[in-house]
Amino acid sequence: MAETLRVSVAVANPGARRVTLVRVAIIAAVLLGWEALARSGLLFRDVVPSLTAIGAAVARLLANPDFYGNLGITAAEIGGAMLIGGLSGLATGILLGANRFLSRAYESLIYYLGPTPKIIFFPVMIMWFGVGSGSKIAMGAVSCFFPIAISAASGMRQIDRVLIRVGRSFRASAWQMVTKIYLPAMRQPVVNGLRLGLGVAIIGTLLAETKLSNRGIGYLIIQAYATFDMPRMYALLIVLFVLAIGANAFLGRGLADHA
Amino acid sequence: MTLKAWARSRGGARVLGAVTVVALIAGVEALIRAGFINRFIVPLPSQILAAIPRIIVEENVLHRFWQTAQEILWASLLLAAVGISLGALLHRFRILRLACETWVAALAAAPIVLMYPLFLVIFGRSATTIVMIGFAAGLAPVILKTVEGLSGTRRVLIDVGRSFKLSPSQQFWKILLPAALPSVFVGLKLGLIFAMINIVGVEFLINFGGLGQLINELAERYDLPGTYGAICFVILASIVFFDVTERLEQWLRPSE
Repeated sequence: MAETLRVSVAVANPGARRVTLVRVAIIAAVLLGWEALARSGLLFRDVVPSLTAIGAAVARLLANPDFYGNLGITAAEIGGAMLIGGLSGLATGILLGANRFLSRAYESLIYYLGPTPKIIFFPVMIMWFGVGSGSKIAMGAVSCFFPIAISAASGMRQIDRVLIRVGRSFRASAWQMVTKIYLPAMRQPVVNGLRLGLGVAIIGTLLAETKLSNRGIGYLIIQAYATFDMPRMYALLIVLFVLAIGANAFLGRGLADHA
Repeated sequence: MTLKAWARSRGGARVLGAVTVVALIAGVEALIRAGFINRFIVPLPSQILAAIPRIIVEENVLHRFWQTAQEILWASLLLAAVGISLGALLHRFRILRLACETWVAALAAAPIVLMYPLFLVIFGRSATTIVMIGFAAGLAPVILKTVEGLSGTRRVLIDVGRSFKLSPSQQFWKILLPAALPSVFVGLKLGLIFAMINIVGVEFLINFGGLGQLINELAERYDLPGTYGAICFVILASIVFFDVTERLEQWLRPSE
């Protein structure tokens, strides 16, 4: 049945096949162009390694237990950052979204501090939390706090007033209002905020690792740069991009399904 | 207006916001002086304030500011030229748009700045690396918003162009692009903000260029008041930049 449906959809929508063909053609052109550039010798040797070298490096990386140890450290740092930055951002957003006066007083601070480059706080974080995982978690937390707080505040303001009045008429406590009314009603902006927050937490944590660390994926990337192991660097970046985009999609889908 | 009503008004709220920031700074000063916060970790806010004129003169901040501004300018020119062209290309060829738009959206979510070691290898430790990272980080929103703007052109405007028998090039320059400008400027604003964040960040990371490098140098010298002062300066510069782009966007979109 499903097969029949798929066939009928394909027949009904020949444009989809053309789109797939164009995509395949673009990917093939990029890969061929890359391989040609790698073999041409136009750039310094190894700056553009051959596809086979990159493929072999990806396989070596995925077979290396050290990689998973470093991945676990980075994942734990990002998880800690999301926990601290996410919860504080969510609480701040709910508070500012629920109270117009507080919003007028403080939201502009968050709004304007949001687009500043957070990595410049890293020297301060090192002084406060040391050179270990603490400063990386702090970097991630500072990075993800702002988008989550802004999204939560905006989501709070979009909640149907009727729902809030219903909660109050049932004499719901502040905690019940948050868990039973606010969070379910503002799930979409919160999910979007968490996805944005995760993206910048990954960037903040990994950049901090590239600057000063002796473990984690950021450290591995900067080590590959320092030793000019280009296939390994490409492999790390490919795996990192796949994981980052996958985690973002997973978070979006997981939270949406859960909600 | 009574005092109570004023306190609850927009003006009162803004005053409260400013007073809170000042009180926080004064509180930190008091806690450091009382010895509750280690002054070798957090310098006195009064020291930070006093360090700002020093770093402006001794560290040549204005020259560094100009260096960073130049990098942002080059990145923004590249963003406008390449981003709008690619957006127009995706709009012109529908099949290309259908094939690539989700890729461009994925590019917007990708942590591009983490590729800076790769850019270092390709372009060297130079301003080109910084500009290219800024450009790559800001490209996706410019493309997406250009496509959105061009696709949202009102049918009647396109029909008017056709009735005047405009060539495809005239149709683009006289009808499509002017109609898409508000959306294009939103994309450029987003792209510029991403570019600015990444440019200052990479300057800090590779210890090269303008304001980002200044923070790194001061931190390496353990000049605490200077480091904090430079961070405050960069935050201020970012806020001004953000505010200017906001106002520019509003000015260019008077109808909304």
